[in-house]
Amino acid sequence: MYKYSDFDEAFVRERVAQFSQQVARRIDGSLTEDEFRPLRLMNGLYLQLHAYMLRVAIPYGSLDSRQMRQLAHIADTWDKGYGHFTTRQNIQFNWPKLTDVPAILSALADVQMHAIQTSGNTIRNVTADHFAGAAADEIDDPRPIAELLRQWSTDHPEFQFLPRKFKIAITGSPHDRAVTRAHDIGLRMVRDADGAPGFEVIVGGGLGRTPLIGHVVRPFLPQADLLAYVEAVLSVYNLLGRRDNKYKARIKITLHETGAAALTQMIEDRFAELRGAYDGTDQRLLAQIRAAFGRPAFRQAPTDPHERALANPAYRAWADTNLVAHRNPDYAIVQVSLKAPGATPGDATSAQMRALADIAETYGHDELRISHEQNVILPHVHKGDLPAVHAALKAAGLAAANIGLISDIIACPGMDYCSLATARSIPIAQAIATRFHDLDLEHEVGPMKIKISGCINACGHHHVGHIGILGLDRAGVENYQITLGGDATETAAIGEKAGPGFAYDEVVPAIERLVRAYLALRLEPGETFLTAFRRLGPAPFKAALYPEERDRDAA
Amino acid sequence: MSPRFTPKVVTANALLEGDVVYLTADDRWSREHREAELIEDEAHAQLRLLDAQAQRQVVVGAYLAEARPGPDGPEPVHFREAFRTRGPSNYAHGKQERHV
Repeated sequence: MYKYSDFDEAFVRERVAQFSQQVARRIDGSLTEDEFRPLRLMNGLYLQLHAYMLRVAIPYGSLDSRQMRQLAHIADTWDKGYGHFTTRQNIQFNWPKLTDVPAILSALADVQMHAIQTSGNTIRNVTADHFAGAAADEIDDPRPIAELLRQWSTDHPEFQFLPRKFKIAITGSPHDRAVTRAHDIGLRMVRDADGAPGFEVIVGGGLGRTPLIGHVVRPFLPQADLLAYVEAVLSVYNLLGRRDNKYKARIKITLHETGAAALTQMIEDRFAELRGAYDGTDQRLLAQIRAAFGRPAFRQAPTDPHERALANPAYRAWADTNLVAHRNPDYAIVQVSLKAPGATPGDATSAQMRALADIAETYGHDELRISHEQNVILPHVHKGDLPAVHAALKAAGLAAANIGLISDIIACPGMDYCSLATARSIPIAQAIATRFHDLDLEHEVGPMKIKISGCINACGHHHVGHIGILGLDRAGVENYQITLGGDATETAAIGEKAGPGFAYDEVVPAIERLVRAYLALRLEPGETFLTAFRRLGPAPFKAALYPEERDRDAA
Repeated sequence: MSPRFTPKVVTANALLEGDVVYLTADDRWSREHREAELIEDEAHAQLRLLDAQAQRQVVVGAYLAEARPGPDGPEPVHFREAFRTRGPSNYAHGKQERHV
């Protein structure tokens, strides 16, 4: 794990001191809300529906046990004993008081964390593959590059007032687990003809009001040119991006208004100008950062406790759904589900955070990751330790065996917390998960991504859900639109709208009809919902969602 | 003819806690919707909103929200405002914590 340099440490402490003074000046009346608002947003502090909300960055989703324990301490001391992990690998505290925020930021700085650039029209927390450094299918660990981008973008004077927020995602694997095609810049590691690693650079993807899959501006960029190229993209966007209309201000709109070919050329021209200014300092810094992300000292030990434990059906079910192949065959990547049926997706209590910290420290080389799917990952667990890890997770209520299944739902906070939301998301997720758990159907249904957003901004990634659910306000009543066939991976696709929306109480029955139709239509149990949808098209699924229309057509 | 004015309350969030508050007829900020002043006249509503916005060391983001008379005082009309009187639906946090 990267440890702060003296520069990082001093910068974060200075920012805490600045913001503490700004809070004091807001409270004594020297600053108006209009003056204070951009200052608090620069430091991750929102005012939501019922309270303030502090969004804390977890850079590229990585943290250690000490940091996780500090998050638990913050939850207990200044919040309500829990935190909410988000689709951008951040954590949100939903109930801080304004007067307590300086103390919270100071506590974060104590463990080399901060809330800087988790809001505002800046380069946001860089997200990465949550299996980085551990995945069997990885070309290289993307986190050193993500850390370089974090350092470069933090307080970057040219990019503090962009036309709109700017999100970068990076993956080191050909299998895209970081939704790179739906980011302002997506970086996907690939190899050139000689086998040297570099990046496919994707620009102009995004969800929200105008969902678009990104455009490949560079099929192969050598690693050494990465920072200059990213700067070129940002610098072209900063000049060209619209500041007159916030709904047309993201780079995806710039790309469409300018034309992909023209924008690509402008980026290349700017890159040619900038490239010479990079004298290798960034590469020397990258080499230092890389050294901090060395492989853990993998243990040599027998793996048979795991093989023996597989005889236990509950352990077997958990192992089948929640474990992923590690690059070291004696190890496994453990996915810890924060989606126990009925639970709030992405929420962890302080006790659960401490349990996760203890497990990571004892069995996981002290590493934890937060996934954009709102789960926690233990990236390096020796197979011989898996039964003990499972038992410890079970004791903490964290052994739900449902990763990738229908109850492993992404949901934004929705109108239970968010002031932008147009409808609730969380109770819909809870009701769907509970229903399929009660039916005991989820293992039969198999891989299924349901993603729910409580407004058009799409924090819940509904456009790229196999089944997407979007909550809207239709004439003062919550109404939910369903999209079908979305995909967040390297075969990214935006889901298509199925038809008229459903009332709050109609959503779960509608999803159940849809899923039962899939079970009846699939060729064999191995054909997933998404594969079946791609084979059959939307018609039979729409017929299941809207039986009254089918009946009317038949009459 | 302009559409008839629908009754409103003035609501905001408290500066220090962020909690939802309502302006009362006797110029207090109450945490309870039913204690809010139900404003039936548009001109008066605008004046009360100005009064609220002037209190910038006390509240943030004051606005007029639709409301209707009820047996215990004003009641919210829109579901968003109803949620604001209670708190989230996944935990008994926020105002509902005090009501139980």
